[in-house]
Amino acid sequence: MVDLQVSQVVCERGARPLFAPVSFSLGAGQALQLEGANGRGKTTLLRVLCGLATAHGGEVRWQGAPMAQVRADFHRQMAYLGHALALKEELSALENLCTDAALAGLELSVAQAREALSRMGLRGREHLPLRVLSQGQKRRTALARVMTRRAPLWILDEPFVALDAQAVEHLCRLLGHHVAQGGALLFTSHQPVALPLPGGGFCAVEHLTLEPHP
Amino acid sequence: MTQRSFWFHYAAPQTFYGLAGRLWPWVAALATAFTVVGLWIGFAVAPEDALQGEGYRIIFVHVPVSWMSMIIYLAMAFWSILLLVFNTRLSGMMTRALAPTGALMAFLSLWTGALWGKPMWGTWWVWDARLTSELILFFLYLGYIALTSAIEDTRRADRAGALLAIVGALNVPIIYFSVKWWNTLHQGASVSLTKAPSMAQLMLWGMLCMAIAFWLYSIALALYRVRTLILQREAHTAWVQELPEVQGARA
Amino acid sequence: MNQRAFWGLVQREWRLAMRRKSEVLTGVFFFVVVAALFPLGIGPEMDTLRRIAPGVLWIGALLASMLALQRLFEHDWRDGTLEQMLLSPVPLPLLTAAKMLAHWGLSGVPLVLLAPVLGLQFDLPPEALGTLVLALALGTPVLSCIGAIGAALTLGVRGGGVLLSLLVLPLFVPVLVFGAGAVEAQVSGLGAQAHLSILAAMLLIAIPCAPFACSAALRIALDA
Repeated sequence: MVDLQVSQVVCERGARPLFAPVSFSLGAGQALQLEGANGRGKTTLLRVLCGLATAHGGEVRWQGAPMAQVRADFHRQMAYLGHALALKEELSALENLCTDAALAGLELSVAQAREALSRMGLRGREHLPLRVLSQGQKRRTALARVMTRRAPLWILDEPFVALDAQAVEHLCRLLGHHVAQGGALLFTSHQPVALPLPGGGFCAVEHLTLEPHP
Repeated sequence: MTQRSFWFHYAAPQTFYGLAGRLWPWVAALATAFTVVGLWIGFAVAPEDALQGEGYRIIFVHVPVSWMSMIIYLAMAFWSILLLVFNTRLSGMMTRALAPTGALMAFLSLWTGALWGKPMWGTWWVWDARLTSELILFFLYLGYIALTSAIEDTRRADRAGALLAIVGALNVPIIYFSVKWWNTLHQGASVSLTKAPSMAQLMLWGMLCMAIAFWLYSIALALYRVRTLILQREAHTAWVQELPEVQGARA
Repeated sequence: MNQRAFWGLVQREWRLAMRRKSEVLTGVFFFVVVAALFPLGIGPEMDTLRRIAPGVLWIGALLASMLALQRLFEHDWRDGTLEQMLLSPVPLPLLTAAKMLAHWGLSGVPLVLLAPVLGLQFDLPPEALGTLVLALALGTPVLSCIGAIGAALTLGVRGGGVLLSLLVLPLFVPVLVFGAGAVEAQVSGLGAQAHLSILAAMLLIAIPCAPFACSAALRIALDA
């Protein structure tokens, strides 16, 4: 059950607050797009929400409890994709997915991994070392990694970078599908995106802009 | 104020800045007093030693600084634990403020040890268990200072240093024990610095006096240094900008 | 779930090392070169060499082991896999323990296997060679454990490699003292049981404690 409550969170860099206090809540079937100028602190905020960095003010709650108490449970139900793709270049896409699942304590069969990669358009390239794939293909592998986590909450930092128009459309459909199935989405992007729902129509995407600190 | 909030009140940099400012001159004055008395006992009053002549007098500096180098490291470990548990900024600053003094004490211990060794048995250095442990302690101090200087983000530097100090403190007994073992097995120099001349009562008083003097000196210096760190780190806050010394420097 | 994560990580490290063989081999070659440098610097007198052999081989093993430490978390940190380790529901100490085990397997074990061969260059008697292997087998995992803490603390820091050595070498002193001491005790006929027991005790303390310290260090390093 996705239930993320963020209230008055402030992040700092070098003892200066990055943005005005931020509050929002995210539940199942919701999508939130984080916006703000470059350097405003979108990545920092996402890392704070994941639990990688500490906030300098405010509170984050997961399913009603303070994040510090339910961290393991939160990690079980979320998948994060940052600027770095979290993939090993020397391993193949298939090996990357299987190892990542193992590290998260999940069971993932080779067939399931292959299927996820094929859904991302990488059929026939699963066994190649990642080093020989293009940037766009590596991104798609990273997204396949997120998919195989089977987590309800996806936190994606600039997922549309380095994707061509067709791949962007494909990703939007994927994200829309995820939200329609009851998942939640928190992502950053500089462009507006439309997430088509499987049954037709578009997903309502909330927007939150990070304002400079007063 | 409840007891807990009393401690946290003084853990705020702004309050501690004032407290340290009032305290350190008195502590420094006391340190000077003890130093004078201690040196007087050590160099004027205590008798010449039967075996070692006048040269032994260096123990009045050597032994107290050795003690202080260990005590300061323990103090650093204490503040480090406070930092990692309570996340108070001041604890990190205290640890950083203590480190250079601790390193100095360790260095003085090694230097006075060498100065003692040369007239006694002809070499500038001997791999005695205590001196070798002191050398390793000196390396631990250097490691802490190097690590905290190399990391740019102050919060990360404080916390990484704190973890290092705690790991080091836990290892110091193990290191000391292993160096002692190594030394006894290898039967190095037959005279060791641990076999100090049997102490006349007066000599002990002198050493105690100097030990207290160095302790007070370290406290005074740490308090002074913490004030500088507070000014550096809280430079952007209103209360620092309004301080008379900061305004005076601006004008 | 935890077992799958632990062995999955060890397997991944192994696979990566096999595809980047040069990194593993440089450590081994370094050990060989260092062991050859000492006689070149000190002189070929066999008596002297026999006496300094335990110390020389241990120092060589120490330095070679440290070469691989800086890379322990660096690649993972750069490509984002380290963050994923911190975001895993599997306890982080378990994952750091897997990293330590992999490090030992890839840089410690080759040293243990190579040491008797180098010991022959120093004319160490066979029982001493046996003790050397056993002492290194007990001591090199401790090096991996302590070294990993240092590697985590200095992650991404300027001057990382040298700084790592400065931090970690003083902490290695007990292992060095008892490890080299074990071989000397064997050679002089006193028997190495005491030394080996102490090395085993250090290992038994390091294995449960180091992963937690290492995890704390990683969280500190990434929380910037």
